[in-house]
Amino acid sequence: MKLRIFHQTVYRYDRPVRNLVQSLRLTPSVFEGQRAHDWAIDVSGGIRGPGFRDGAGDWIEGWTVRGPTEEVTVTVTGRVETRDAAGVLRGHRELIHPLAYGRDTAATKPDAGLRELAATVTDPADALDLAHRLSAAVSDAIAYAPGQTEFHTTAAEALAQGQGVCQDHAHALAAVARLRDLPARYVSGYLHSRAEGEAHEAAHAWTEIHVQGLGWVGFDPANRCCPDERYVRLGSGLDASDAAPIRGIAAGQGIETLHVAVNVEEVERFQNQSQSQTQS
Amino acid sequence: MTYYNEMYEGSRVREPYARLSQWVETMPADFRQMKQAEAEALFRRIGITFAVYGEGGDPDRLIPFDMMPRVFEQAEWRRLERGIKQRARALNAFLRDVYGRAEIVRAGRIPARLIYQNEAYEKAVVGVVPPRGVYSHIIGIDLVRTAKDEFYVLEDNCRTPSGVSYMLENREIMMRMFPGLFRANRIEPVDQYPDLLRRTLESVAPAKCHDRPTCVILTPGHFNSAYYEHSFLANLMGVELVEGADLFVDGEFVYMRTTQGPRRVDVIYRRIDDPFLDPLCFRPDSLLGVPGLMDVYRSGGVSICSAPGAGVADDKAIYTFVPEMVRFYLGEEPLLQNVQTWTLWKDDDYRYVMENLADLVVKEVHGSGGYGMLVGPKSTKAEIEAFRAKIETDPGNYIAQPTLALSTCPTFVAEGLAPRHVDLRPYCLCGDRIELVPGGLTRVALREGSLVVNSSQGGGVKDTWVLSE
Repeated sequence: MKLRIFHQTVYRYDRPVRNLVQSLRLTPSVFEGQRAHDWAIDVSGGIRGPGFRDGAGDWIEGWTVRGPTEEVTVTVTGRVETRDAAGVLRGHRELIHPLAYGRDTAATKPDAGLRELAATVTDPADALDLAHRLSAAVSDAIAYAPGQTEFHTTAAEALAQGQGVCQDHAHALAAVARLRDLPARYVSGYLHSRAEGEAHEAAHAWTEIHVQGLGWVGFDPANRCCPDERYVRLGSGLDASDAAPIRGIAAGQGIETLHVAVNVEEVERFQNQSQSQTQS
Repeated sequence: MTYYNEMYEGSRVREPYARLSQWVETMPADFRQMKQAEAEALFRRIGITFAVYGEGGDPDRLIPFDMMPRVFEQAEWRRLERGIKQRARALNAFLRDVYGRAEIVRAGRIPARLIYQNEAYEKAVVGVVPPRGVYSHIIGIDLVRTAKDEFYVLEDNCRTPSGVSYMLENREIMMRMFPGLFRANRIEPVDQYPDLLRRTLESVAPAKCHDRPTCVILTPGHFNSAYYEHSFLANLMGVELVEGADLFVDGEFVYMRTTQGPRRVDVIYRRIDDPFLDPLCFRPDSLLGVPGLMDVYRSGGVSICSAPGAGVADDKAIYTFVPEMVRFYLGEEPLLQNVQTWTLWKDDDYRYVMENLADLVVKEVHGSGGYGMLVGPKSTKAEIEAFRAKIETDPGNYIAQPTLALSTCPTFVAEGLAPRHVDLRPYCLCGDRIELVPGGLTRVALREGSLVVNSSQGGGVKDTWVLSE
């Protein structure tokens, strides 16, 4: 699939801020399933700082905006060619040992509910089967319901509530996978949804689980599937905050409001899809 | 249990202490009391009242200073020095390895889980090779002595070991109060430490730095118990003491705000822990760090000492593998010995420890400061049983070691000189060279019979002498 991506995040402040610093994980990963072309990142009024590929294989770019300013816009544009690899992250260059993803964070910390959910899968044929069934269990336990959870909602809270968005699904799956001794990580990226499809958010998140012999395999409990050619992978981390496409902070007392627009369209069929949202 | 007395062999005075012995014998009691009061007043005036090693407690408490120095002869020290430097090389080789290809794990010498699931292992710096491959630039190695030529390492401190200001102040005060002693004995100096530290920091400046490197000390602020030490070292090194808010990232580098405008910073000797370094990489709620610092660091724009992630080398679980690191990376036999350690999450070790609690020392894996520990031979039956119950609730949280016969050093008490148990923390500097000033911080358990030297448990400090040839 040939996808054209436009992703714009506008930060507005009620009072001018200075020294805005951002760490951006906004460049598509390089692996057999995808390749980016003409990828461009711009931060309005910003200075491009260090860029480097980290141990997880993600391309990180630091940006600073000296200010004072009341508005900063992060714009990402480019094309990505994707192939369906049945969720398997093949040919991805990374250095971090999978066991480093066995650790939980505050967002994925297991409670009784998550332990119970992890234990519902019995007698798996192998690790891959276990991963598939854990993903299905998370899909069943947390219904897709936008606006019911927030960025700070933990996996345990979303499960107790029985509702959430892709972030909550991804946290919950990472938590139950780790409970079953499978290294797991949170992945952020984009998703192209066909008008008739069931897919939800254009700025999307899912989970990768490390399966012995196969390597990292993606699972998207929000859409009950494994990532295919509709998915564009940006980067990973232990949880949403660790894998966030944008992490930033500004000096000053200004209160921030955020507007995000993401557009993922298939280029050759000229199919358009535009969505706005406040959660990525 | 018999203890090695560092000054006396029976009633004979050991050679290095010969002159000190005369000094003590000819010292009138009232003179000693006067000098002790003078020393205390000096410490108070300087303001050196912090708790060593982050032990907590009253931050304004004065740690008792004992005027009787501890003495090493040249040959003893050279042996120790070789052992300490060897260990420092191995620890840095280990850090380079576990953030790189992890050959030691591939070779099956250390279980992967112990490294990768360790809280102190920072996946954010995997693949980052700091200048000269050094991760830990100041290594504090805690040693105890059990015989003339027998030393054991209790623990390694690879992050930001504190207490070096005591080493310097103890010497300064001794020289001020007893100049005659320093004329009568040939004592190797320690006051070059701040210069050596600065040289070490400058030697690991990033490749992007073309002038003389600008170094700073990054402190969490004056509420920190070691703030005194941070400002003391900054002063002696002639570098700026900064807090997170004094630094900022702009483009590819880190700058410090000064009255003459921004100035690029090349090397940061940080005295704050990894999770607080950069809210954009670690804890998002940290206000102590510098936003964007880790991106600059990871792209080679600034050096951080110790390097983020260095803590994985000094964990109590990793400790048991340090002799293996020496063999694996250096192809040498370890010159310094580890204390035999039983880890209670292993069934065999658990059984052995529970059957022998009365003879062992049991510590919490993440404990420090001498709290939450059992010294079997010094405890009552009731205390042992109470501790046994604690272990049973969470065995994985404990390790056990044999009770070591810590050496004693004569120490001034109300009645005169009496033997008290001591340990030693030398500070090894690692940059383009590995340096060790002759001496370190000697801690002394002031309570009679006590084996716990921590200041929170009644410990004091002494000047530590290394005699020249």
